[in-house]
Amino acid sequence: MQHNHDVQGYWKATLGLITKVLVIWFLCSFAAGILFADMLNGISLGGYPLGFWFAHQGSIYVFIALIFWYGKKMGDIDREFDVHED
Amino acid sequence: MELQTTIYLVVGLSFALYIGIAIWARAGSTSEYYAAGGSVPPVMNGMATAADWMSAASFISMAGLIANMGYGGGLFLMGWTGGYVLLACLLAPYLRKFGKFTVPQFIGDRFYSQTASTVAVVCLLVASLTYIIGQMTGVGVAFSRFLGVSSDTGIYVGMAIVFTYAVFGGMKGITYTQVAQYIVLIAAYIIPAIFISVSLTGVAIPQLGLGASMSGTDISLLTKLDQVITDLGFGKYTNQLPGSTLNMFVYTMSLMIGTAGLPHVIMRFFTVPNVAAARSSAGWALVFIALLYTTAPAVAAMAKLNLHGTVNSAVGIERDPAGGLKVNPEAVKANADPYAVEASLKYEDRPGWMKRWEKTGLLKFEDKNGDGRIQYYNDKTKNDAAKAKAEAAGWKGNELTVNADIIVLANPEIALLPNWVIALVAAGGLAAALSTAAGLLMAISAAISHDLVKGVFKPDISEKGELMAGKIAMAVSIFVAGYLGLNPPGFAAGTVALAFGIAASSLFPAIMMGIFSKKMNKEGAIAGMLAGLFITLFYVFAHKGLFFIKGTEYLGLIGGANSFFGITPEAFGAIGALVNFAVAFAVDKVTKEPPEHIQHMVENVRIPRGSKAVDGAH
Repeated sequence: MQHNHDVQGYWKATLGLITKVLVIWFLCSFAAGILFADMLNGISLGGYPLGFWFAHQGSIYVFIALIFWYGKKMGDIDREFDVHED
Repeated sequence: MELQTTIYLVVGLSFALYIGIAIWARAGSTSEYYAAGGSVPPVMNGMATAADWMSAASFISMAGLIANMGYGGGLFLMGWTGGYVLLACLLAPYLRKFGKFTVPQFIGDRFYSQTASTVAVVCLLVASLTYIIGQMTGVGVAFSRFLGVSSDTGIYVGMAIVFTYAVFGGMKGITYTQVAQYIVLIAAYIIPAIFISVSLTGVAIPQLGLGASMSGTDISLLTKLDQVITDLGFGKYTNQLPGSTLNMFVYTMSLMIGTAGLPHVIMRFFTVPNVAAARSSAGWALVFIALLYTTAPAVAAMAKLNLHGTVNSAVGIERDPAGGLKVNPEAVKANADPYAVEASLKYEDRPGWMKRWEKTGLLKFEDKNGDGRIQYYNDKTKNDAAKAKAEAAGWKGNELTVNADIIVLANPEIALLPNWVIALVAAGGLAAALSTAAGLLMAISAAISHDLVKGVFKPDISEKGELMAGKIAMAVSIFVAGYLGLNPPGFAAGTVALAFGIAASSLFPAIMMGIFSKKMNKEGAIAGMLAGLFITLFYVFAHKGLFFIKGTEYLGLIGGANSFFGITPEAFGAIGALVNFAVAFAVDKVTKEPPEHIQHMVENVRIPRGSKAVDGAH
C-alpha cells in the first residue's frame, strides 16, 4: 500500500530523530543528574546546586520539552515523506 | 464545620462525581470497552494516563521517600518520568498504528506465536497483580485514617466504587473518571505545598521555593537544610547516594524502562484517535505527571525542615501564634547549637498533630535519656563531631521515629491549614489509589477476556459474548484484588519492585524489538523474554526468598547481597533487559527469519498513515 513512498528514507529519518532524542534524554538525566552531578553541584542555580536540580527538577522539564519537540519533528518527517494523516 | 464531617462531605462528593461519570460513559461495544472507541483527545488522555500512573505510592509515599533519601530520591523522580520519553518515541505511536487492544496481542501477532502471547499474558498478570495489591491496601489505609472506618470496610467500599464504573464503563468509563480523579488528586497535592512554600520562603510556587532563600534571610532553604541535618549527624541532603553512583544509574534505568513496559500504561495509548495523538498524549501525560513530580521534592525538603524545626528550636522555625509555622530570620542566620539543652522541644509542648499521629503508631516518641525532651538525630552517624556533641549533651539515642508516609498526609496539619484542605488530601489519596487500581484491573481483564478467552479458548466468540466475558473478567479481578488487599500476602511490600523488574526485563524489550528489528523472529523473542524474566526473578528471589517465601533466600549461591556490582534487587530490571536483548539476538542469528508477511506487517506498523482505518479492528 505504501510502495509509492520512500519507506527506507522515512525510517532512516525517524531513526535519526529518535537517536537525537535519546542522546538528550541521556544527557539531562543520567549524565547531568547522576554521573556528573557532583561536579555540577559546584555551580548553583538560585539556591539549587545544579546537579541536584537536574536530578530533582531539571531532567523532568527537559523530558517534557523533548516529547513535544519529538512530536513536532515527527509530524514534519511524516509530511515530508507523505505518510501523514489528514 | 467539624473536620470529620467536612471529610465525609468532600470524599462523598468526589465519589458521587465518579459514579455520575460512570453512568454517562457506559460502554456499548468491545472497542469502547477496551480502548474507549479510540476517540479520547490527547490532553484528556494525558490527564487520564497521569491519574492511572500516579498511584497511592506516588501520592502518599514518594515525598516521604525523597525526604529520607535526599538527592538519591531523584532516582524515583527521573525514573518514573523518563520512561515517558521512551514510550513516546519507541512504543506508543507504533502500538497505536498496530491498532489492537492489548500488549500480549501485539506480541502474539508480531511474533506469529501463541506461545509468545501466552508468555506475555503471564508476565502481564504477574506484574499487574503484584502492583494492584499495593493499591487496594492503599485504599484501605486512606479510608481508615481519614474516615475512621476499618481498613477492611475501606477496601469493600473501594471495590464497590471501582466495580460500578469499571464493569459498566470499561476503558471509556475508567478514562473519564480518571480525568476527574486527576483534578482531585493534583489539587490535593499542590494546595498544601503552596501554603508551606509561602510560609518558609515567601514564594508561592513550590518548585521555585525549593531553590529560594528562607524568608527574611539570604540563606537558601537547601543550604539551611544541609546544615541542620549534617549538624545532627545525617548525610548531606543535596548529595547523599543510594548505595553507589552505579546503583543509582541502573535503578533509574530500570524504573524508566519498567515504566515504558507496564501494560496498564501502554494500554492508554490504544485509546487515542491516531498516531500523532499517541505521540502528543505521552507529552501531555508527562506534563500532568510533572505537576506532582516536581512538587514532590519541594514537599519533601520543606516537610523535613519543618519537622526538624518543630522539635528543635535551633533550626529557626517557630510556631506562629496566628497559626501555622513561620521563619525566624535572626535564628536562621544565627546557626544556633542544636545540641543545647533548651533547643530540644519539651514532649509536653508538642503540637496537636504530633499527638494525633502518635495514636496511629506512625509517629513514636521514646524518652531514652529521661529529660522529657524530644531528641531527633542520627544516632548511628559516622560523623565524629556530631557523635561527640550528642554524647557530651547526654543524648542517649534518637527518640523520635517518623513513618515516611506522614510527610504528605500530615502536611496540611503541620501547617495548620483549614479543614477543607485536610479533607481534600483524603479525597486525593483515595483518587490516586482508585484510579490506578481501575487501570490495572482493565489491563488484567482485557488480558483474560481478549488474549485468553478470545485468543486461545474460543476464537469464534461474538462481540457481545466477548464484551460479557470482559465484564465478568473485570468483576472477578476486582474480587481477587479485593481479597489480596484484605489478606495481603506477607511479601506485599517487596512486590512493586518486582512489577517494574518484570515489565523492564520481559515486556519492554520484546515490544521494542518487535518494532525496531524487522528480522527478529519468534524463537529469539520468546527466548529473550524467558531469559530476561528468569535472570531477574533469580536475582530478586535470591534476596527476598523463592516466590517471596521467608527462609528460602539463597544469597550464598550468588555470593552475598547485592553481589552483582553492588546492584540492589529493586534496580535489577535493566540488567534483565540487557540479558533479554542479548539472548534474543543470539537465538535470532541461528534460527530462521520471520515469514514475509510479518516483515510487511512491521513495515506497515512503522508508518502512521492508516491508523484510523485499523481503529478497533479485530
